[in-house]
Amino acid sequence: MVKAKIILVVLGAALAVPQVLAGSTPEEDRKAMVEYFMQMFPDVPFEGFVNGQYALNEDRRRQWESMQDFPPYEFAVADGQEMFETPFANGKTYASCFENDGIGIRQNYPYFDTEKNEVITLELAINRCREANGEEPLKWKKGAIASISGYMASTSQGKPINIKVPDDPDALAAYQDGKEFYYSRRGQLNFSCASCHVQNPGKWIRGDFLSPTVGQPANFPVHRSDWGEMGTLHRRFAGCNTNVRAEPLPAQSEGYRNLEYFLTYMSNGLPVVGPATRP
Amino acid sequence: MRQGLISVYLTTLVLSVTAPVFAEPSQGDIDRGKELAFSRTDGNCLACHQMDDGKLAGNIGPELADMKSRYPDREILYRRIWDETQFNEMTVMPPFGRHMILSKQEINRVIDYLYTL
Repeated sequence: MVKAKIILVVLGAALAVPQVLAGSTPEEDRKAMVEYFMQMFPDVPFEGFVNGQYALNEDRRRQWESMQDFPPYEFAVADGQEMFETPFANGKTYASCFENDGIGIRQNYPYFDTEKNEVITLELAINRCREANGEEPLKWKKGAIASISGYMASTSQGKPINIKVPDDPDALAAYQDGKEFYYSRRGQLNFSCASCHVQNPGKWIRGDFLSPTVGQPANFPVHRSDWGEMGTLHRRFAGCNTNVRAEPLPAQSEGYRNLEYFLTYMSNGLPVVGPATRP
Repeated sequence: MRQGLISVYLTTLVLSVTAPVFAEPSQGDIDRGKELAFSRTDGNCLACHQMDDGKLAGNIGPELADMKSRYPDREILYRRIWDETQFNEMTVMPPFGRHMILSKQEINRVIDYLYTL
């Protein structure tokens, strides 16, 4: 028998949306999702969900708290600030590309651009800013882009996430596409995002403790011990897809941007806490 | 024509019998089954199930114990490992046979081992 240890692309991609989450509008979806987790974890206050596994597991929380005096992302954020403030060759800076000069705006990303008909993530906006000013784009998953994005998140800490799905069929379609991705099984192991993060948060999968959907994107970019450095949300998406032996999408592909749109909408109202640390 | 259909039906029936009669497994079969069950790149049952002396086991699925009394019918256990989604649509257990994570022989070795628990 042929043993396929190879990556299988979207094998058996079947939708399995728990009834509780089958709301028809984004706001109904979000409310149902939050209520579902509040019932699952009655001792966790709503804002506690930004801390993911640390809100659910006391041992993990203590380890995490002991790291907070000297967080491992500090230097990357300082580098990010320096890059953010250093003018491009044409004399302009990143600030010229963003609302409020790019300070305190993380909570509004990603947004749907109704003229370009696409989801704009913060990292996409950073690279488009570079290109509009005659600079080469940065690599998407780590390094400089994570540092700049991390600095921008740090100026937004505490601001409630405020993702909007405008009354526009294309915006709604992007949201629905992200939602469908989230609930679609994929890969040789046949997991959806929801298999772990809706159905099984608070449980262990081998040595890893699963966090709930709500709150996750509020932490990004994150410094993972596993990476030994900072990485973007799309780096994490690709890692999860690879773990279930599915072919990851390219970072900042339309599919991952739509996924980020849905996922971040689910965290509306929670404060930005990124950059943060994760195992 | 009708005869042809019947013979196709019978052929399908014969081919669908997945677990033939088994001789008593050898210690080698059982050891191989445990190896497959514990290995992260094969069964990785420990990702979700506590079992035996496995370390760092997950707790998504039930503990694997008393397997012979819980699954007296070997064929049913085989089918559930082959594709649990046929029994529980919402399961997160990978369809080990359908997605070619384990071969038929490998699933049978895992069962030989599970029946010792």
